[in-house]
Parts: sequence; structure tokens; C-alpha cells
Amino acid sequence: MPADGGIGASTKRREDVRFLSGTGRYTDDIKLHGEAHAAFARSDVAHGRIVSIDTSLAESMPGVLAVFTGEDFVDVGGNPAGWLIHSRDGEPMKEPKRPVLAHGKVRHVGDAYAAVVAERLEQARDAVEAIEVEIEEVSAVVDMSNAVAGEDLVHDEIGTNVCFDWGWIEDNRAATDAAISAAPHVTTLNLVNNRLVANPMEPRASIADYDAGTGDYTLYTTSQNPHVSRLLICAFVLGVPENKLKVIAPDVGGGFGSKIYHYGEEALVLTAAKKLGRPVRWTCTRSEAFMADAQGRDHVTKIELACEKDGTFIAFRTETNANVGAYLSNFSTVTPTFLHGTLMAGNYAVPNVYVNVKAVFTNTAPVDAYRGAGRPEATYSLERVIDMAARELGIDPIEIRRKNFVKPDQFPFASAAGLEYDTGDYDALMDKLEALADRSGFEARAEASKASGKLRGFGVNSYIEACGIAPSNLVGILGSRVGLYDAATVRVNATGSLSVMVGAHSHGQGHETAFPQVVSEMLGIDPTSIEIVHGDTSKIPFGMGTYGSRSLAVCGSAVVRATEKIIDKAKKIAAHMLEVSDTDIEFKDGQFSVSGTDKSVAFGDVAFKAYVPHGYPVESLEPGLEETAFYDPANFTYPAGAYACEIELDPETGKVTIERFAAVDDFGNVINPMIVDGQVHGGIAQGIGQALLEGCVYDENGQLLSGSYMDYAMPRADDLPFYSVDHSCQTPCTHNPLGVKGCGEAGAIGSPPTVVNAVIDALQRAGHDITHIDMPLSPSRVWSAMQG
Amino acid sequence: MSQVTMTVNGKAASGEIEGRTLLVDFLRETLNLTGTHVGCDTSQCGACVVHVNGKAIKACTMFAAEAEGAEVKTIEGMANADGSLGTIQQAFQDHHGLQCGFCTPGMVMSAAALLQDNPKPSEAEIRDYLEGNLCRCTGYHNIIKAILAASGQDADAIAAE
Amino acid sequence: MYAFDIERPATIADAIAAMKGEDAQALGGGQTLIPTLKQRLAMPSKLVSLSGIEEMRGICREDEGRICIGASTTHTEVAAGVEGYAALASLAANIGDPAVRNRGTIGGSLANNDPSACYPAAALGSGATVVTDRREIAADDFFDGLFGTALEEDEIIIEVRFPVPEKAGYIKFEQPASRFALVGVFVAKFADGVRVAVTGASEEGVFRWSEAEAVLSSNFAADALDGVALPGSGMISDLHGSGDYRAHLVGVLTRRAVSAA
Repeated sequence: MPADGGIGASTKRREDVRFLSGTGRYTDDIKLHGEAHAAFARSDVAHGRIVSIDTSLAESMPGVLAVFTGEDFVDVGGNPAGWLIHSRDGEPMKEPKRPVLAHGKVRHVGDAYAAVVAERLEQARDAVEAIEVEIEEVSAVVDMSNAVAGEDLVHDEIGTNVCFDWGWIEDNRAATDAAISAAPHVTTLNLVNNRLVANPMEPRASIADYDAGTGDYTLYTTSQNPHVSRLLICAFVLGVPENKLKVIAPDVGGGFGSKIYHYGEEALVLTAAKKLGRPVRWTCTRSEAFMADAQGRDHVTKIELACEKDGTFIAFRTETNANVGAYLSNFSTVTPTFLHGTLMAGNYAVPNVYVNVKAVFTNTAPVDAYRGAGRPEATYSLERVIDMAARELGIDPIEIRRKNFVKPDQFPFASAAGLEYDTGDYDALMDKLEALADRSGFEARAEASKASGKLRGFGVNSYIEACGIAPSNLVGILGSRVGLYDAATVRVNATGSLSVMVGAHSHGQGHETAFPQVVSEMLGIDPTSIEIVHGDTSKIPFGMGTYGSRSLAVCGSAVVRATEKIIDKAKKIAAHMLEVSDTDIEFKDGQFSVSGTDKSVAFGDVAFKAYVPHGYPVESLEPGLEETAFYDPANFTYPAGAYACEIELDPETGKVTIERFAAVDDFGNVINPMIVDGQVHGGIAQGIGQALLEGCVYDENGQLLSGSYMDYAMPRADDLPFYSVDHSCQTPCTHNPLGVKGCGEAGAIGSPPTVVNAVIDALQRAGHDITHIDMPLSPSRVWSAMQG
Repeated sequence: MSQVTMTVNGKAASGEIEGRTLLVDFLRETLNLTGTHVGCDTSQCGACVVHVNGKAIKACTMFAAEAEGAEVKTIEGMANADGSLGTIQQAFQDHHGLQCGFCTPGMVMSAAALLQDNPKPSEAEIRDYLEGNLCRCTGYHNIIKAILAASGQDADAIAAE
Repeated sequence: MYAFDIERPATIADAIAAMKGEDAQALGGGQTLIPTLKQRLAMPSKLVSLSGIEEMRGICREDEGRICIGASTTHTEVAAGVEGYAALASLAANIGDPAVRNRGTIGGSLANNDPSACYPAAALGSGATVVTDRREIAADDFFDGLFGTALEEDEIIIEVRFPVPEKAGYIKFEQPASRFALVGVFVAKFADGVRVAVTGASEEGVFRWSEAEAVLSSNFAADALDGVALPGSGMISDLHGSGDYRAHLVGVLTRRAVSAA
């Protein structure tokens, strides 16, 4: 293998050079000749009937080229949910249409009901203010329990605010109920998993171009999955043939889920570009993003843990109201169901699990997958109630977890929530954690904190997640409307350099560096001769994109399969060049050699021969060296980990600071440890953000109170510590060729309960009878809880 | 419209502006220096930090007209004369101090301003100085390490403490 | 932003003349005004930028011993340039972030009178005098509720004069998102008594906590405040904290400010 640059090397990222020198090319950096600017008119009320819209004044304003309203899109399709969920009674979920622009009603603050395209951006904004709209405000549906009661309806035509009432696994319900009724100890916890805003630092942006000569559209857009955007736009919304729309996601400044989805703004600029015959651009302001991006989490859950007096788990049962906001975003229905309920057995050999989730429409921004997507909600519920049960039973929080862990000899393990965990060693993770977190030194540190007037607490938890989504056959049975494979093409150029076209999209994950490490390892060639091509539907065979910690496990596997095909074909060419049978060819370190001889040809010579096929058996072997593979995973991958943190709490102000944070993760085999560490760091920061800082808040009228960074607390450098991370406990995935699991979401899944457990620990140690505080544990919330 | 003239990355630059033209828009739209980014509209995120007359400022919160005659330095002016990455830029790559890269130009410009005033900052001083620079990807861990390293300190040892 | 003209006078006299136009608005460092303009919450026809007026920048001591700070002096310049009044320098050093401090000015901050800003607490707590293009205004008469001041429409702050106390301390408890003061307390001990100014807390903006001033004037010690508390009513209550919490913080921070003085 290459000494530096193959699998396992912390290769420095090649993409960094352009980002560090200001030559990255994000959507808003792209300028097209003759472009016009779009601006949107957005509702300032949460819920209202559109009585009238008069655009005549706006149309007459300087520079205005066109004004659009919902009326212009009544004949095009809605933006669909990608997953059909059935309720417990077998009924399909309710799917109200999500139009390009609101029509008839506005349903959340920021719901766009009109758009202006003008020569210049400020002209478009001026004209937006000149649109005369009459909106009759009606009662907003904000609180989920009120929504379920259903007096006021977000979508009148469906007659309810409940999108579905899902049970998992419905056949286990009676047994779980019975087990809980008979259990010697039941711990019950009511909690809120706070609503978050993804906040990638690059706001969304889209530029559409239309070629009247060919009828081809090009859309530059901030997407984690340009093929999925194309599919949604073509097959569902605008009805454009897929071969007439090219979607390009250039450099993208983070996504965290919020850039998976197709949004109406994309359809608007495409429509406007065709109508006007010139490019149309739109760049979201941050203030718009707070209203218009899909948001995350927002569950209200009751969880019960039934156990023996010795802490042996008997059952978990949950009832959750999951907010989906005003419209169904693309992943909004699978996030609180199959990405959440199926994880509700955690790392534990618990025999009974039952999960009930009602998805609820409200007059708030759509809610969808945000880093972790369902799994942080599951982990938080489980790991909080387990901590509470341990305290009630007087059992050490680590011991109660160890007592119930699935043991290494039980894998593959069929969990009570319906998944088959392939590998894991949860005790090994906890062993490593106890050392890394220096648990034995905690008491001394707690004393030191006390001496300075502070409270100190230690929090710990485990997590497991299911990622690398997903087996298409399985998800098809469960309601997915798409397959979840991925694809890659390996193109060996005549001169021996490689272009690898991948369906995954890199927006921070370092694919341009990590994927070449895999190919380099397999082909024994210099990784710098391998170029990753991503983010352009016209260059890449297909792809489902990057989310759900799937890029390496799924798309990386496709890269492996395509590279294997390259090797197979290259062996045939080499066999011809060496005048032996291809079964006699061995390939190692970039050389094709004849077994038992010193005869060999280099990879580069074979590549050249493939493209200059002189003296080549064209009748039996095609020239060229390019192969494509689609990879459909056999199962999810199951990263797991054990996390610990220590907090200090100022009892006078309620302010919590993170003093130490340790994360031990099992990601199976690791391609680039440096990148993996970075992914974990970022996930932890978002998890700490959820636990202590972040909260998207609407008032009772549906007005957004946290509409900018002035009120939505983003984690900053001085809110966070250095993290101790470790991924040396590796149980490789058994069903993908690299033995890898996903690492992108782990930190955000594992860390919120760690922090909250630590705060509760600190308060309990100080004699406060506080068993739970809802996130974010802001100073005021902690202080208020301490007042009793 | 009026004319503004300034020096950007050592070169004279001028162009037509309105009163409301922000410095960041002048850099991005008129000079095509798109390395300076806009991540918010409330002067919080710091993706637009550049140096004006040697001081870090938020280019989204200064009018282009106010930079008349000023010396402006942007991320495009941070490389060495031979085009290779400058010390801070290189430290960011070496320590994986960036992921999506969007906040990175502002981070580098803030780091450069910090090291100009305080050549060997402590971890706490770095964290404090970056109060106005948001990063959503890295959790800041490797950014802090990169700045420690760029100032000649043993970043690994400090991070492990 | 709506369209407007921008003028950059080089002298106070030119600035005064420029402000005579209709809907003219003074522009200090712009760190609050520019975001406000972006939200289209203000519609000036003309901005008069004060940043190029050299005679409005700088720090000096006048004959009475007061520290005089030109209105266009940035927070960074105050942090580095104020001598003999550490509480004031440190307050300036912790406003916003470094880039904001390199543009934001003391005059801009006082004229804006954001209810969560730091400088109003320093000015009121010090008993400073605001010098404008036409008069001198005592800090006690300057601040007028949320974002309100005694300034007339076209009036420009030229300078702020701070008497230097024997001891002073400022403690800010940051609102987690904006990093403005959720509550900030400025305590200053003068020969003739103690002044306590509170920002961030009240629905009426920055205010003097007279009860604390009374007890601290007779005994300048943190524990002199035992039993002295503010009611939560009249305090700002929002998603970052209730009125009761803010009132409680005022007590905590006042003690800490006294200890730090």
C-alpha cells in the first residue's frame, strides 16, 4: 500500500487549498451572464387565508421583470414526502400538497406566497414590499397537544392535524404493555427534544439557467444530493424530463440535513429562468433561512422504562408527538418513525419495546432530518430515562448500562425494535471511556470545583445508531418511495490518471481526499493521480447523495465495486499484453504480473493499452477502461459509542460550562482518522449546542422568537472545550467491503444526553431534588429549576 | 452612484458604488473576490472578516464608501508570494481546521489579526478572540489547534491537557 | 436596504451641516445601524458617516481629571487607550467581538441606547457627561427608555466625559445568543457616594439601582448587599430569562462587580 495516502492514513485534505485561498466556488460565487435576481414575499403571520394579492404596482416598479404568485403554480405538482407511513390502523398518512408558492393559505411565518424577479436584487426587494396582499389571519396551531385536539386545522382539506399515528412494532404492543404492568419498577420521564435550526454557515442559494435553443435547464444549487433534487423537480414538481435538467451542487458550505431537500425556491428560479429567457438567481439571507429552511427535532415524548430491582431492563415504551411543521418535507415522515423507533432498544438486550409516534402538523416551519435525524431523539429518550432509573434504584449509571448491554457473543443481534445489529462490543467501548474520561479522578475535580463555589457533575451514556441508509428492498417494504443505493464510475484515463465520479456529495466531509485513499489502496497508485468528481448530475451516473452517515458505507462501497471491475478488466488486458491467461495474472502494488515469473506490466501501461488498442483483441475485449457500479447495502451499519462529560455549574447564575468531554466510538475500519476525528468533533459541538444553547422557539401565535443569531444561540469557540476522542475499538461492519460504519452523525447523537446527565448529576450531588430539565439547559432554565 | 478607490491585497481597486453598497458586496461583485463570504445579516457569523487598515472588521457591516483610500486585505491576499499557503493557512490544513470551508476565510483573517496583536495566544485567548466567528462543522477543536500551531506552540500537547 | 446617500464629512462643522437635511441619520461604526438597515427597519435619505472626523477621535484627560473620549473612538481604542479607569477599559474590551470593536464607537453606542448595551451602564454608572454639537447632557438626563435618548433629531454626540471613580467594576452576564448583556452591572465608588447602573434588565432600559447605591455608599462591600433585592416586575422577560431571573442576576452581578472593583 502507499506509505502515505492509502487506507488508514491521516492524509491532509486536498480540497483545503482552495477553501483556504478563497478560490472555493460556492453557488453564490457563480455569476452567469445576464442574470436576474429573485426575492420572495413571505408571510409575517403564522396562519392566514390569502384573500387577495395585487401585484400590479410591483410589476410596474423599476427593474421588475416578473412577479409570481401561488396561482402560477396550481397546475404543477407538489413537493412530496419521500416515505409513505401507515398509521396503526393501516390507513396511509395524510399528505397535503406542498406547493411552490403558498396558495389559498399561508401556513407558517416565512411561507412564501409570491416572488419578484428583477434586474437587481434591491429592486426585487423593493417590489416585494409593493405587493399588495390581504391575508385574513386565523388561529395559529402551534402547541402539538392543541394540534392533536384539532380545533383549528393547518390543512382544512385533510380534516385533522395528525399526519399519522404510527406504532412500532404494533404486534409487540400488548406484550410490552403487559410487561410494564407486571414490572417491579417503572421509571417514567416526560421530555422535550428541542427544535433546532441546522444553520450550515452557507445559506441556501440557487441559480437557474435555461437554454431556449435546446430546452435544457441548469440549476446550480446548495444541495447534499443533486440527483435527488433533480428527481423531485422532474418527477414530482415541474414535470421536466430528467435529461433536460442538469443539477449542479458545487462547493456547498455545510448541510447537516437542511440541504437534502428540494425547496420551492428552486422550482421558482427554474420557472422564472424559462419564462424570462435569462438566468435567475436567489441567495437566502440568514434571516430568511431561520423561517424557510427545514428545521430539526421537536419531539414531545413520554418514555417508560420497566426493569427488575437489580436494574435488568424489561421494556421501553414511548409515546411521542413529532412536529412536522406546516408541510411535509422530503424526509419528514421517515425521521420520527423508522429512523427513530427502530433505535429504541439502544445498545441493550431488552426484550420488549413499543413506540408510538404521532406526526403533527403545526403552523411552524417544516421539520425534517437534522444531523442524526431521529436517532438523537431515540438516544436522548433512552439514555435520560436509564440515568433516572439508575438513580431511583441506587445503581451506578455505568453499571446499569453494562448489565443490559448486548454482549459480543450475541451478534448478529435481533433487537426488540426490529433491527439486526451486525457487530459491536459495548463493554469495550465503556472500558475505554472510563479510562479516557478519567472517571476515577472525578471526585478530586469535584472537590476543587466546590472550593471555588461551583457544582460539578459527571454524565455518561451509550448510543447506537443505524446509518449508511439503506437496503432498498427493506426500505421499500417500509414505505420508502426511492431506493437508497449509491453509484460510482471509475474512469481510468489513457495516461493513467483517474476520474472517479461519485453519487455522494462532499460539503465538508472530505470525500475528495478520502475516496482516493480507497482507490489508491486498491490500485497501488499515487492518490494524487485520482480525482473525485461529485455534485453534477451530467457527469455522474446517479447518486442518492450524502446524509445519514452513508457516503463511505454506501457510495464508498460502490467505488470499491467499480474499482474491482477495473481490476478485473485490466487483468484481461494485462493477460493479453503478457500473452497468458487472465487467471494467471496477479495484481499487487500497481503491477500486473504472471504468477511464478518476473514478467509484469504496470497499471499505467495497461491503461494506455486500453485506450490505444493496437494489437488488441477487440473482438473479445472492449477498448477503454471505465466501470460503473451501483451498490445497494445489505443492512444498515451500526456505529456505537460511549460518551462522558464533566460540567461545572455556577449555582448563583445557573450557567453550565463543559469542562471535559470524552467520546469513544466504534466506526469499524477507518479510512482517514483525521477526518473521522473532525466529524466527531463537529457532531459533539452540535450536540452540546442542543443540550445547552440552541432552541428554536415560536410564541403561541406562531411568531418565530429565535429568528436570527441574536436569539438563536449557536455554539461558539468559547462555549466549547477540547474533546478527547477515540475510535480504536473497531468491530468492522460485516456486510460492506470496507468494513466501515458511518461517523458523521455519531457526535450529535451521543452527546446531548451526556451533557444533561452531567448537569442532573451535579444538581443531585448538591442536594437538589431535580430529576430532569428540558433542553437547552440555559442558565435561566437551570436557575429556575434550582428555585424549585 | 459614486466612485470608490481603495487598495485591495496591495493593488489599486476602484469601482462604482451606491451609498448602500457594503464593502463585502464591492469585494465580491465588483472585484470578484468571492473568498469573502456572507453567512448572516446580523453581524454575528464572521464569514466576511477582512482587514481594513490592518484591523479585522466585518465587511458586511461597513459601507464600501467608508473604505475610500483604505488598505484592504482579504483571504485572496494571504498566500505567500510564490502562491503557496501562508503560515496560518497551512496550519489550518495541517490540523484539519476546516471542513466545508465556508467560515474559513473569516476564521483565517481573524486568526491573522489575533496573531498580529498577540503572537503567542493561550487557548482561552484564542477562543475569546473567535467570539465573532461561527463555525458549524469543526466544533472549533481543530481551529484552535491550527492557530496554536501557527503561533509556534505545541498544539497537540495543549489540546491533550 | 433602501437607497440612501452617504456623506463622509471631515470636520464636526461639516457633519453638523450635513445633518440638517431631511431624514439624515448619523452613522457611527454602524455595527447596529447597518443590520437594522438590512432588515429595512430604517429609511434614512442620507447617512452622515462620522468615522472620518479626526477631531471626534481620541482619548484625553481634561483639567478636572475627567477622561474625555471622542464620540468616534472605537471600542478597541477605548480598551487600549483609557488609562486610570480599568473598569471602563475592560468594559470596552468585552463589547461584541474583536471585529465589532474595531468599528463600533462609543458615540454610536450611546446614541443608540440599546437596552442591553454596555456603554450606557458605564456612562450612567460613572455619572458621565455627554457633549453634543450644541450642549452638555448629564448621563442621568440622557437615557430615555428603550433606544431613546435626550438627543434631538439632528444632534450629534461629540465627546463623552467620564469622572474617574476611586474604585469601579463592571460585570456582564451574556445573553447566550447575541452576547449582549442579559444583565450588566456597573458599580463606581466616588468620594461622595456609589453609583450602580444596570443594563439589560429593565423594560425601561439602563437604570440606577438606588437601593444598592445607598447601602454601598455606607459600606462598599459585597455583603453589604445582603437582603437587598430587586423585584422581577418591570424586568425584561423573554426566551433568555424571566424577569425574576434578571432581577436575581442584578443582585449577583452587583456583588461581583463590587468584589471586582
